[in-house]
Amino acid sequence: MTSDTTTDSIQPLLTAIDNASSADALVGAVRALGASHDPAVIPKLIEVLGFNNPGAAVAAVDGLVRFGTIAVPTLLDNLDGYDYGARAWANRALSQIGDPRALDTLLDAAQADFALSVRRAAAKGLGFLNWSALPVEAQHPAQQKVFTALTTVLTDEEWVVRYGAIAGLQELAQRQPHWRDPVLAVLGDRLPQEPEIGVQARLSWAIQAIA
Amino acid sequence: MAVDESNTSPYTAGQAIANLQQTEHLGDRYYAAWWLGKHRVQDPAAIEGLLAALGDELDRSPDGGYPLRRNAARALGKVQDPRIVSALIACLDCDDYYVREAAAQSLEMQGDGAAIAPLSAFLTGGINVATAVPGRPHLIHPYEAIIEALGTLGATTAIPLIEPFLEHPVEKVQFAAARALYQLTADPHYGDRLVRGLQANKLPLRRSALIDLGATTYLAGAEAIAKTFAENSLKLIALKGLLENHLRQQSADSPSLTAESQQVMALMDSLL
Repeated sequence: MTSDTTTDSIQPLLTAIDNASSADALVGAVRALGASHDPAVIPKLIEVLGFNNPGAAVAAVDGLVRFGTIAVPTLLDNLDGYDYGARAWANRALSQIGDPRALDTLLDAAQADFALSVRRAAAKGLGFLNWSALPVEAQHPAQQKVFTALTTVLTDEEWVVRYGAIAGLQELAQRQPHWRDPVLAVLGDRLPQEPEIGVQARLSWAIQAIA
Repeated sequence: MAVDESNTSPYTAGQAIANLQQTEHLGDRYYAAWWLGKHRVQDPAAIEGLLAALGDELDRSPDGGYPLRRNAARALGKVQDPRIVSALIACLDCDDYYVREAAAQSLEMQGDGAAIAPLSAFLTGGINVATAVPGRPHLIHPYEAIIEALGTLGATTAIPLIEPFLEHPVEKVQFAAARALYQLTADPHYGDRLVRGLQANKLPLRRSALIDLGATTYLAGAEAIAKTFAENSLKLIALKGLLENHLRQQSADSPSLTAESQQVMALMDSLL
């Protein structure tokens, strides 16, 4: 298949997005776009994240996650500095793909983004990175950064961000058993400090799952 | 808490109290009343000032409302003092709809059964008198707030009064009735009514049903909450409410996490 025919085959899908006359039509068009196997649709899927339409954004994230690591460079190059809604969806896609090339972006987002929806998505995603994609010697230092960052995020002022950090730490420990004891220690230390009972329950659940 | 605030903000509890007590700058009083509630300032002088503000006649809005009274009534829901409940009950007779609404919401937060009878009295006329005020975006009384308060206060005596409101033409009022009736009876029929609300065509209604389910223990609605077409942030808040209400319902001597708790948390994880 030449690149010309590829472009021809996705053109109707792109046009359907631009011409969608209702929110429902848009969601349908994004689903169709996301089901395409042509990576040329990736930039359009990323554009949809900024449409302020949750249904369309969910479908676009699903499409991007289906492409997996192929979508990561374009996602990293197109993080929207102004629209935090779009940034939250992009971080969600990066979190679900788990490509460690997103490590620095997720570390920064989890700790410093002003939007809690971005911080919570990134905090969870840090635990779900696919470590085997990194050279063996790079794995431990990267995991150390994740552990240190998520330990800080456990004290974020927003409950949902703390909740995301717990989910991330649990997954780190479950994927990399040598992090089990340090993770158990920080979660156990946090339990008596945590003011929200829902978040306390998530801490207990994580501790139970890891121990 | 007020002491902590003074370290981070130039605006202190002391200043808020002083601003509330003066009558020259109405805007400063209005802000002070809001601030004292937000920071739950327990200082007796603050509570004294808020109680006095419930009778304010100086701060009037163009529609004849009492903006300072509204803020004071909201703030008084968040602090504790034996005089608060009767003062808020008196506000239920205020001419200003929004003062009555704030009072009902604050009486819900106060959790005192003394509010049940005066709140129930608003429902005795049934839905035929619960009509819209011409030219205003609201009904003659704040029925949503009243019904929600009765549910939270455990007002089982009000069940027959609340039931007709399931048929009120305003859907948010129907949801409030379903929420309260679920809280009062644990009948899944009412939980299902709210779950159907999650399918409403309009986003504000879906949001309303999410918030109402989050105020209950209707765990069977968790999956439907997670699938609703609405913001993940709001779905997470609703699921957290459900989880916390469930946790509070469990006896303290069984601290282990139930399968239901774990299911709700797994859904929350999927929405991060």
